[in-house]
Amino acid sequence: MFEILKRQEMAGGTVVLNEISAPAIARKAKPGQFVILKANETGERIPLTMADTDPKKGTITIIYQVVGKSTTLFKSLQVGERFQDVIGPLGQATHLEKLGTVVCVGGGTGVAVLHPITRGLKEIGNRVIAIIGARTKDLLILEDKMKAASNELHVCTDDGSYGHHGFVTDVLKEILEKEDVKMVVGIGPVPMMKFVCKVTEQYKVKTLVSLNAIMVDGTGMCGCCRVTIGGETRFACVDGPEFDGHKVDFDELSQRLNAYKEDEAVAMQQYACKCQAG
Amino acid sequence: MAETTEKKEKVPRQPMPEQSAEVRRRNFEEVPRGYTAEMAMKEAERCLQCKNPACMNGCPVSIEIPAFIKHVKEGDFTKAVRKIWERNALPAVCGRVCPQEIQCEGLCILGKKGEPVAIGNLERFVADWERANGKGDLPPKAEPTGKRVAVVGSGPSGLTVAGDLILKGHDVTIFEAFHKPGGVLVYGIPEFRLPKEIVYSEVNFLERLGAKLQCNSVVGRTVSVDELFEEGFDAVYIGVGAGLPSFLNIPGENLIGIYSANEYLTRANLMKAYLFPEYDTPIVRGKDVAVLGAGNVAMDSARTAMRLGADRVRIVYRRSRDEMPARKAEIHHAEEEGIEFHLLTAPTRFIGDENGRVKAMECLKMELGEPDASGRRRPVPVEGSKFTLDCDLAVISVGAGANPLLTRSTEGLQLTKWGYIIADPETGKTTKKGVWAGGDIVTGQATVILAMGAGRMASDSIHKYLTWGW
Repeated sequence: MFEILKRQEMAGGTVVLNEISAPAIARKAKPGQFVILKANETGERIPLTMADTDPKKGTITIIYQVVGKSTTLFKSLQVGERFQDVIGPLGQATHLEKLGTVVCVGGGTGVAVLHPITRGLKEIGNRVIAIIGARTKDLLILEDKMKAASNELHVCTDDGSYGHHGFVTDVLKEILEKEDVKMVVGIGPVPMMKFVCKVTEQYKVKTLVSLNAIMVDGTGMCGCCRVTIGGETRFACVDGPEFDGHKVDFDELSQRLNAYKEDEAVAMQQYACKCQAG
Repeated sequence: MAETTEKKEKVPRQPMPEQSAEVRRRNFEEVPRGYTAEMAMKEAERCLQCKNPACMNGCPVSIEIPAFIKHVKEGDFTKAVRKIWERNALPAVCGRVCPQEIQCEGLCILGKKGEPVAIGNLERFVADWERANGKGDLPPKAEPTGKRVAVVGSGPSGLTVAGDLILKGHDVTIFEAFHKPGGVLVYGIPEFRLPKEIVYSEVNFLERLGAKLQCNSVVGRTVSVDELFEEGFDAVYIGVGAGLPSFLNIPGENLIGIYSANEYLTRANLMKAYLFPEYDTPIVRGKDVAVLGAGNVAMDSARTAMRLGADRVRIVYRRSRDEMPARKAEIHHAEEEGIEFHLLTAPTRFIGDENGRVKAMECLKMELGEPDASGRRRPVPVEGSKFTLDCDLAVISVGAGANPLLTRSTEGLQLTKWGYIIADPETGKTTKKGVWAGGDIVTGQATVILAMGAGRMASDSIHKYLTWGW
């Protein structure tokens, strides 16, 4: 189990896709749910929201940005190699409902998480407008898939190298001005989600976000992933990862995501040295 | 009779050699070093071999204590461990973590005038001896019954049920949500009290007996209880523990450097964060540590913080020394290692720095008022006693509740208003046919051996059900 059946590098190797054999998880997983992965005996447990599942083949797909030691280690795993542990499906599934017009906004690798939700929302009869963004054209992922999963796709790059020159929130504003939007789903880096929520708040449109808090077990037994939602503490792993974006304390989330910055640098540095020596 | 008693009492209780406090407070090696064969045989001689042994009444799994001690006395350690296995598949664990002073040893007749027989030390000795020197023999097993039992959770109660039912000839599969088996024995109790290799070796013993172990299986998510029946299991035992951490619900609790004891100990023990960066999981290494609460878990957290290099570790507790729920021995060990106790003190909020890291707690002094529902005197704030206490790491150890992940996804299970499973105290039967439950998910946070006792009762009931019906 947990053998890598397919491996694909995206966005110039900064993002990696793995299709992993995990029949028990694939059978049960729904859009919005996540898995915890651990590469080897000394590894840490990392949460990643599933980008896709294939119950027939018994596989799940994860797409992750290479940002530190663990994701660098994941990237080094080749087809035929295995993750030692994959646990899931965890968290609440996205509540998919026919509402009318909905907008799905994705930034960076958040697009990978957004894709199954977008597809699910369209499948049950919503008119789905998707907006995806990246810093530059080379970092954009899943454009074709998002096109297929939505009725209308807008692409933005911060540097204008492709599509609309500017942020996803610019396009979102334009759409909210002229369309009767029933719901917005925003998934991406914390600052992006925060700004999406600021925009939709003005238009009083319900907004779902998927929070990427630090986790250990992912089953509600430690509280590492606690977030403040409407003034109350909630566990992202069991109550989330999706929450009403207008109630999220994003500044606290940002701060908590930085908790181990120095340790993460130490781990990465050590790993890089080992790789060079080996 | 009186004469023999006096003669035997001349051999004093054999002390267990242990690492000195000065050395052990900075390492994760086990504190007590264990008996040598000579010490064990000498200690075994002290047992009076009572005709009606009181000690057995104190053992929740009813080990035939005088019988196994007789084998130790004769130097036949293999026979001794076999005797224990008849009732308990986890002797190396129980010998270490049971509160013997209120169980078997608390009822030992020798304890009335002097020191009771060191039953726990002897149990630990034979289990360790078997692991190091045994030939890997297994206890006899009943003929296969063709019945399949799913055990959910591989903590003390689940392992007991699994060990029992496998010996009775049933086909047992253990489902564990974590990547390693053992439950609280692995994520909660620190290495210096219970080396993890010992837990794995006891689980491995069950596997050699034929139990199947499936880690990374979150029952309630990966598979549901009803699906287990659909897959052909004839009975299900739920022993998922009380794994939902309680917080204080005071301002500033989400600052960096504030952990639930569950998170702190899981990082340190299960993920081996104390070996970072050799292991990848990081942990905040505080210099000035406050542990809130005074149970065994709080002692474990404080002693772990000391081993992770703290300059100062304080147990902060809102009641007084007399009400501390931890075992006396654990409090004593903590004190020897330099843990300070800050009693009759309750935090009211945490204060952070500009990066969102905890730097202090605002506290109130307390005094004890009238007894509350628990019979303990209720702490009452002293007016105008507000003060701040510096800390760069705070571990909240004020108990745990029922994790709703499994129960919420299982229909037909009746729960208490706190979310614990209602089960018959004699049999462990729940309100759902074919489903038993025991341990902390029924009683709330209790002890390892109580969970094992619950497992023992449930396995007897499950066996009857599989043989005769509900």
